[in-house]
Amino acid sequence: MSKLSRRKLITTGLTVTAGASALVVAAKLAKRYGLIPPDSGGIYGPGETLTYAAQRLLTRHSLAREFSRSQISKNPFANEVAPLGEEFKRFQQRAFADWRLAVDGMVARPASFSLAELKSFPRRSHITMIQCEEGWSYIAEWTGVPLSHVLERVGALSQVRYVVYRSIQPDWWESIDMADVLHPQTLLTYEMNGGTLPVGFGGPLRMRVSRQLGYKSVKYINRLTLTDNLKPFGKGLGGANPDGGYAWYAGL
Amino acid sequence: MAETLHLRHSGLVRVTHWLITFAFLALLVSGLEVVVSHPRFYWGETGNVNTPPLFKIPIPSSRNMVPTGYGYVLPDQNGWSRYLHFQSAWVSVLIGLLYGVAGLLNGHFRRNLLPAPSDVSPKRLANSIIQHLRFQRPSAEEAWSYNLLQRLVYLLVIFVLFPMIIWTGLAMSPSFVSAVPAAVNVLGGQQSARTLHFFLTLALVLFLLVHVFMVFLAGFRTRMRAMITGRVAEPLERV
Repeated sequence: MSKLSRRKLITTGLTVTAGASALVVAAKLAKRYGLIPPDSGGIYGPGETLTYAAQRLLTRHSLAREFSRSQISKNPFANEVAPLGEEFKRFQQRAFADWRLAVDGMVARPASFSLAELKSFPRRSHITMIQCEEGWSYIAEWTGVPLSHVLERVGALSQVRYVVYRSIQPDWWESIDMADVLHPQTLLTYEMNGGTLPVGFGGPLRMRVSRQLGYKSVKYINRLTLTDNLKPFGKGLGGANPDGGYAWYAGL
Repeated sequence: MAETLHLRHSGLVRVTHWLITFAFLALLVSGLEVVVSHPRFYWGETGNVNTPPLFKIPIPSSRNMVPTGYGYVLPDQNGWSRYLHFQSAWVSVLIGLLYGVAGLLNGHFRRNLLPAPSDVSPKRLANSIIQHLRFQRPSAEEAWSYNLLQRLVYLLVIFVLFPMIIWTGLAMSPSFVSAVPAAVNVLGGQQSARTLHFFLTLALVLFLLVHVFMVFLAGFRTRMRAMITGRVAEPLERV
C-alpha cells in the first residue's frame, strides 16, 4: 500500500509539474503571438483567453458566410440606440454632407476624410448576417470601404496592433485586432441593401465587423485611432461594451 | 493490506462527474439569462422581433424592444452570463474530453456502460422501462452495476446529447462558422442551431431531473457516498 502511494505521489507530482510548466510555456507563446485578449484578467479571463486564442488559431483568415440576394432579410431590425445627440442631429440636418472620419494614432500621415472621399475609395459589398448577442439576427448587403484601405492611405505604422473606433455618440467605442482590421470583410459601411445606410442601422458610417457579434459593429463612426496598446483607452479593456462587463472578443 | 479495496466509481469518474455537474449548472443559469434577453425562437438562418417566431417563451425580457406583454423589463445580465457560459463550456469540453478519452482507453464505457449484447432486446428494454415507471427501488446488485435503461440513457447523454449541444453552440458562433460553415449549414441555419441548442438543453434538464429523482429513489446517502468517496456499503459479490 505504502509503495503504491509513493508511486502515486511521484506520478501525481510529475504530472502537476509538467502541467504547470506547459501552462507557463503556453502563456508565453500566447503572449508572443498576440493570443491574449485585453480582458484576460479577472475570473473569466481563462475562458476568454482560450476562446480568443483558439479562434485566432482557427479563423485568422476565414471569411464570414456570405448569402445570396434572395436571402436578404425583408424585415431587418434596427436595435435601439441612446437618444441621438445635438451634434449628430446638426450633421443629420445637413444630410451628413460635412461628416468626417478622423484617423490618428500610430500613422505616418494623420488624416480626416469626408464621406465623399470615403465613397471615392475602392468599394466592397458583401451579403452577411449580423447577429446580436441577445440572439436575434438579420441578413443585409453592406457596402463600404475596406478598413485595410483606409490604413494604407494614412500609412499605418508596422507596430500597430489594434484599431480603436469611436461613434460620435458619447461613450460608444470598440476596438479590433489586426486579424479583423485587415480582414477583407471589415468595412466602413455607408450603404445597406443598395441604398444609403439608414440612421437606424448606423448611417452615415458604420463599422461592420462581419465575424463578430453586432455590438462590435459600432454606429456613427467619426474617428479611428491606431495603437499598439489598449490600456490608455477607457478602463483598458478595449471598448465601451467590455467596460460595461461584456467580452471584448465577440466572435463567439 | 491483503484486502483490496473495491471502489464503485473510479477517482476519474467521480472528479469529472462533479466538475461537469458544476459546469452544467453554470451553463444552465447563464444560458437562461441570455435567453431572457430574447425569449423568442426561430427556424432557418435569421429571426428578430419583426419576423414571426417559431415559438415564444412567455416570460418577461431584459430588453424593452422585445414585445412580451409584461409591463416591465428585467435587468440586463448578459455580460457576466456570456463570460460564465463560455468559460463553463470550456470546462465541460475539456473535462468531457478527458472523461471520454480515458473511458475509451481504460474500458470504462465497454465495462460499465455498454450493455451486454444479450441484454439488448425490446423485451428486456420494455421490462427495464416498466420497472422504472413503477418507481421500484433498485435491487441491491444495482449498487454495483447499471441497469439496461440506465446504460442506454447514459450513453445517449454522453455520446449524443453532449456532443450535439456543443456542436449547436459552436454553430451559433459567427467566427467559428466562418472557418467551418458546414457546422451551421447542415443544421438549416444559425437560428435553427439556436433553437436546437435550446431543445437539447431541455433534454439535458429532463435527464438531470430524472437522474436526481432516481438517486433519491435508490437511496440518496448510499448513491451520493458512492459518487463522492467511491465506496459502497454493500459487499461486492460479483465475480
